[in-house]
Amino acid sequence: MTISADRSPLEEQIAQWRLYLSRRRAIHGPDVEELEGHLRDQMAVLTEAGLAGEEAFLIAVKRIGSLDALSREFAREHSERLWKQLVIASEAAGEPGTGTRREMLVVLGFAVTAALAIKVPAFFGLQLGGGDEPFYARNASLFVLPLLAAYFAWKRGLAVAICAWLVLPFSAAAIFANVFPFGTDSDTGVLTALHLPIALWLVIGIAYVGGRWFAGGGRMNFVRFSGELFIYYVLIALGGGVVAGFTMMMFRAIDIDAKWLVTGWLIPCGAMGAVIVGSWLVEAKQSVIENMAPVLTRIFTPLFTVVLLAFLATMAWTGSPIDVKREVLIAFDLLLVFVVGLVLYAASARDPQRPPDFFDGLQLLLVISALVVDALALAAIAARISEFGFTPNRVAALGENFILLINLTWSAWLYARFLLGSGSFAALEEWQIAYLPVYSIWAAFVVVVFPPVFGYR
Amino acid sequence: MELGRDLVAASATPLVLAILAEGDSYGYGIIKRVTELSRGHLQWTDGMLYPVLHRLERHGLVAAKWSGSESGRRRKYYRITKEGRAQLALQRQQWQVVDRTLRHIWMKARTV
Repeated sequence: MTISADRSPLEEQIAQWRLYLSRRRAIHGPDVEELEGHLRDQMAVLTEAGLAGEEAFLIAVKRIGSLDALSREFAREHSERLWKQLVIASEAAGEPGTGTRREMLVVLGFAVTAALAIKVPAFFGLQLGGGDEPFYARNASLFVLPLLAAYFAWKRGLAVAICAWLVLPFSAAAIFANVFPFGTDSDTGVLTALHLPIALWLVIGIAYVGGRWFAGGGRMNFVRFSGELFIYYVLIALGGGVVAGFTMMMFRAIDIDAKWLVTGWLIPCGAMGAVIVGSWLVEAKQSVIENMAPVLTRIFTPLFTVVLLAFLATMAWTGSPIDVKREVLIAFDLLLVFVVGLVLYAASARDPQRPPDFFDGLQLLLVISALVVDALALAAIAARISEFGFTPNRVAALGENFILLINLTWSAWLYARFLLGSGSFAALEEWQIAYLPVYSIWAAFVVVVFPPVFGYR
Repeated sequence: MELGRDLVAASATPLVLAILAEGDSYGYGIIKRVTELSRGHLQWTDGMLYPVLHRLERHGLVAAKWSGSESGRRRKYYRITKEGRAQLALQRQQWQVVDRTLRHIWMKARTV
């Protein structure tokens, strides 16, 4: 609702009033229109009775009543409106915006394409559930991420030149995922499957920010988007699980085995389509609902700090060393990922201008305890690394541990400076987002270099 | 004379239904009719009519439709439904009971 300059002052006053009205959550677009109609009818009668336009406006506004009282009455009648609804329909019911409808169709197109794309290899004899799972695992991200990038390219109106550049990494990924002669049960093949999505996520990020990676708050928005998408994806997956369960159950009731339908179509196609739909939901609702990831961060930071401190205290008390098994390194990697995630999402929701508070202290405590725990684990592993030998899994896990350790160490330093008042929070935020490409570059490194170096085993 | 809040609220439903029973109307039309009928004694805060109309609409007592008006802007017209007429008849009986009772006691007060 813009106020144009060529309107009469009276029209401008009405526009202003309408603007105030439409800001009330309980009063929706059509209600505003209805009330404006009332205002104008009343003004027409009053001007006919001889009042000047301005006077008529004042009296008519007075008669309609104060905005507070009005919005209270509307809220009483339409209490559901106070719960922000994730309905993607536009503000004015009855005349949905053509923009949102077109986007819905585009999203639907991309989602269906992604869902069908995963079935394409089946035409070439590669069956899911027929021994070709490694192929599907390595290529999983390639069925959907190019489409997601295309969606953002469309949405952000990306220049053709940038689009062409975005095609490059996807082509490279398709090559590296498929040309290496991975054996069955190949460790490096599994590593490729795990790392390719991380590497390609950076490409999604570039499409998301419209090709301007370094401009403005684009990168932080991408971090927020990623967190919300994760949450949405988990929710959609839960719903999908329920649908799958019901499908199996109902068909079993009539003695028909629907397993092929569920595992062959429902789950793979749903998993692909959900990435697109989830992304669209995050895009559409970013202004509708509070972000969830920072809320979860607030809940889990204290909990996790307590757990880590309890772990350290128990270790110190009992003196029992970390039992170095095969998976222990990966477990500690995940721990660091989790802590980095907590730091990152706490930063994403924080106003950098605010002075340090209790929560920031807690964050620092969390980071430091995670660092101590990881240092202990690394020390235990280092002592026996020669005994284990360098397998691809172990080198990858060590590399990741190293990357996360650097991030957290520097974060702890920046946090401490911020808490002591000699640094700004913006520095920490800047460090976190500047570090983002490192994860993807390392992942790309694992995909490209590890298989030949370790002989595809 | 200013009517109390509760009384205004209680009388709003039958009044709106009764006016719509005369013929379809829109918000401002209803307000105008109320002022006319009460000879200006019944003054509503105009905006408050709309939540009432929306409530009646939700309960299915009135139906609403957007259509054009002579001024060119579209307007939301309200029409009483069958359920609305039934509700109006019921309310009418209830108000008559109240009215009779009060009249009775006040007549007695005058004769004493």
